[in-house]
Amino acid sequence: MGWETWIITTLSRSLAYGTPLLLGTLGEIYAERSGVLNLGVEGMMIMGAYSAFTTTYITGNPWKGILVGAIVGGVFSLVHAFASVTLKANQVVSGLSLTMLGLGLSGMFGRGWEGKPLPATISKITISGLSKIPLLGPIFFEGQNLIVYMTILLVPLLWYILYRTRIGITIRSVGESPATADSLGINVARVRYVCVFIGGILAGLSGGYLSVAYRPAWTEGMTAGMGWIVIALTIFAFWNPVYGMLGAYLFAALYHLAFRMQIWVSPELLKAMPYAFAILVLIFVSRGTLQKRMGAPAALGLPYTRGEE
Amino acid sequence: MDNSKGYAIELHGIVKRFPGVVANDGIDLKVRRGEIHCLLGENGAGKTTLMRVLYGLYRPEEGEIILNGQSVHMTSPRAALNHHIGMVHQHFRLVPTLSVEENIILGLDEGTGPLMNFRKTREKISAIADEYGLPVDLQAKIWQLAVGQQQRVEILKALYREVDILIMDEPTSVLTPQEVDQLFTTLRTLVDDGLTIIFITHKLDEVMKVSDRVTVLRQGKHVATLSTAETDKPTLAKLMVGREVVFRLKKSPIKRREKFLEVNDLYALNDRGLLALRGVSFELFGGEILGVAGVSGNGQHELAEVLTGLRKSAKGRVFLRKKEITNCSTREINDLKVAHIPAERIRMGIVPSLSICENLILKKYRHSPFSHGEFLDNKEIEENTRRAILDYKIVAPSYEIPVKLLSGGNIQKVVLARELSEDPILIIAVHPTYGLDIGATEQVRQILLAQRERGAATLLISEDLEEIMTLSDRIMVLFNGEVMGILDAEGANIEEIGLMMAGTRYRGEEL
Repeated sequence: MGWETWIITTLSRSLAYGTPLLLGTLGEIYAERSGVLNLGVEGMMIMGAYSAFTTTYITGNPWKGILVGAIVGGVFSLVHAFASVTLKANQVVSGLSLTMLGLGLSGMFGRGWEGKPLPATISKITISGLSKIPLLGPIFFEGQNLIVYMTILLVPLLWYILYRTRIGITIRSVGESPATADSLGINVARVRYVCVFIGGILAGLSGGYLSVAYRPAWTEGMTAGMGWIVIALTIFAFWNPVYGMLGAYLFAALYHLAFRMQIWVSPELLKAMPYAFAILVLIFVSRGTLQKRMGAPAALGLPYTRGEE
Repeated sequence: MDNSKGYAIELHGIVKRFPGVVANDGIDLKVRRGEIHCLLGENGAGKTTLMRVLYGLYRPEEGEIILNGQSVHMTSPRAALNHHIGMVHQHFRLVPTLSVEENIILGLDEGTGPLMNFRKTREKISAIADEYGLPVDLQAKIWQLAVGQQQRVEILKALYREVDILIMDEPTSVLTPQEVDQLFTTLRTLVDDGLTIIFITHKLDEVMKVSDRVTVLRQGKHVATLSTAETDKPTLAKLMVGREVVFRLKKSPIKRREKFLEVNDLYALNDRGLLALRGVSFELFGGEILGVAGVSGNGQHELAEVLTGLRKSAKGRVFLRKKEITNCSTREINDLKVAHIPAERIRMGIVPSLSICENLILKKYRHSPFSHGEFLDNKEIEENTRRAILDYKIVAPSYEIPVKLLSGGNIQKVVLARELSEDPILIIAVHPTYGLDIGATEQVRQILLAQRERGAATLLISEDLEEIMTLSDRIMVLFNGEVMGILDAEGANIEEIGLMMAGTRYRGEEL
């Protein structure tokens, strides 16, 4: 294998592996920008993966599967929204429960589904013409699927909404200072519900991509900690969709490199790397002062009650 | 007398209860159209609660709100804004990371669709700013602005929404004396233009200076409504406190002793990682009180934290009686007889759910006579509490109740008793009387003066200029983390201090 092929496959695989990470990160950025920390990403992803897989199996249409995955992820996220926004519960506890609930439910219902073949999957496409560009062509325009491109297009869109529209200002003000937003007549609870829901939809989509497009199969716990990577990437991205994209693909590339280094390094150690990365990022930023310096939404994780300073 | 048509607002029998307190106990308030109406009362009298009811933040249990003769239900701030009522809260409602114009249009449907049309809004904001003399940089982020400018943004925000009634909650507490005068001029212009303003305050001077009429509240009840021209400060003070008030603070001439504290070129970062102290140097002698004046957020907070070991300094040295204590731990500094009366007494001064007894020994439970080995000596601890309650006139139903159930004044006295019982050589007191009623304030001040008499060195950080002027021997002014100058409190000019608080260096001789 020549070095050129090696680089092309590595980067092309990174793009494919980075897509679910990016989807999840974009969703979590929106949730956290509105002030809701959702540690349930892993749970929402696996629910999305499971429902997308079964829907595709039954209907034979992978797009229907992806759609159902996204909806299930969104609906599932409302459990967290209800607990943390309406009931004002501790967001860490509620998010963790969501993850455990998702892993448990999908594991239970998914028992008979392991190893079943999918009748159809989301096809890989090659954009003729563009794929002829040396180096970039085979990385970006050969053998990727539509979701990969949709995800990339989401980045400027979500960035624009967050920083250049009234909706974005509303979301950010709710995450920075809910009391201010409330005193100007903004419905803090509604904004937070919507943002958590967006996060759920994107996490569900991400899961669906995994089970229907990336590796068309169902295995229990197949998200394998990606939800936690998403949490770390959100912080790593300074809550900005554009940095989120950089982070997701960078991480995917590192992951893939590690995968290729199995010849030299013990695979167990390499498998632990992503988690070590997530833990490191979380330790690094969970110090309150550091979070403030990094520009975390000031009201992140804090339930809002009118009239309490 | 005016008929009801002359009233912009009528509140009838407003009752608002919180667990354990009746914050508003059937309050009536009538505000005439086009007047500045002061709402006067001590902390906890129910002023803010009443205005939050009017602004739709609280739902009252009983009572009626009548606007321009019409009974209305104020269900949310949005409803209040729809009725053209605006409120400038004591703690500003601004999003620090957003720009001025973004803050002003937040929550409004300006522009087309989800996109914003800043050109049109900018014109309107500039027009308002020019008309009322409220200049501000529209593109600046809120966190970059000084507090006085932030308040301007708050007022602009309300005017942009075309309010008829503007509620200002203690608007002067964060301003320099000059800024206060400016604010009063602005408010006059607004009233001349037909606005009605409700002005919450506990300062008598402000009532006399700015208002047309004044309503006094005490312990959640309406006491009186008077025309300002027909009343005076002693009358208002008596109505506010409920008894004769004599300001009888006795301060003996200074007996300066040797140098206790020396601070050399001190630098420190704030929580956001920005420089909060830039080369602060000063000396503090036994038997004197050094007041630290400044608009809040100019490094006072960080200075207190560095001196008590709660925050590491970035550069510079601190000496206590010639012994270096730079970046020592809190316990090490404690053991050198440094007392700390923190700004947030509930969060940092006490353990709210522990008893008075336990709170009183927090600094010394590890030593005899309060403990022997692993065991506490309850008899000694109770005796200690008995003494403290007697010495500091703490009013408590029992020794064992959680300290959080005491009133603010009594909580502060518990803190003082704990911190001062060991005869400290250095006292760092931050806003020691903030939020206390007049009686408790007086007591706390007397206690601090007694410590001065005993020979302790006191660093008094306060936003209450009057407090600094009455207690201090010298006054140091901080601005943007720098010392603007240190001057003698005797004969100090409040105008001069105001200028220094706004960033002018002291021109007189340094002390």
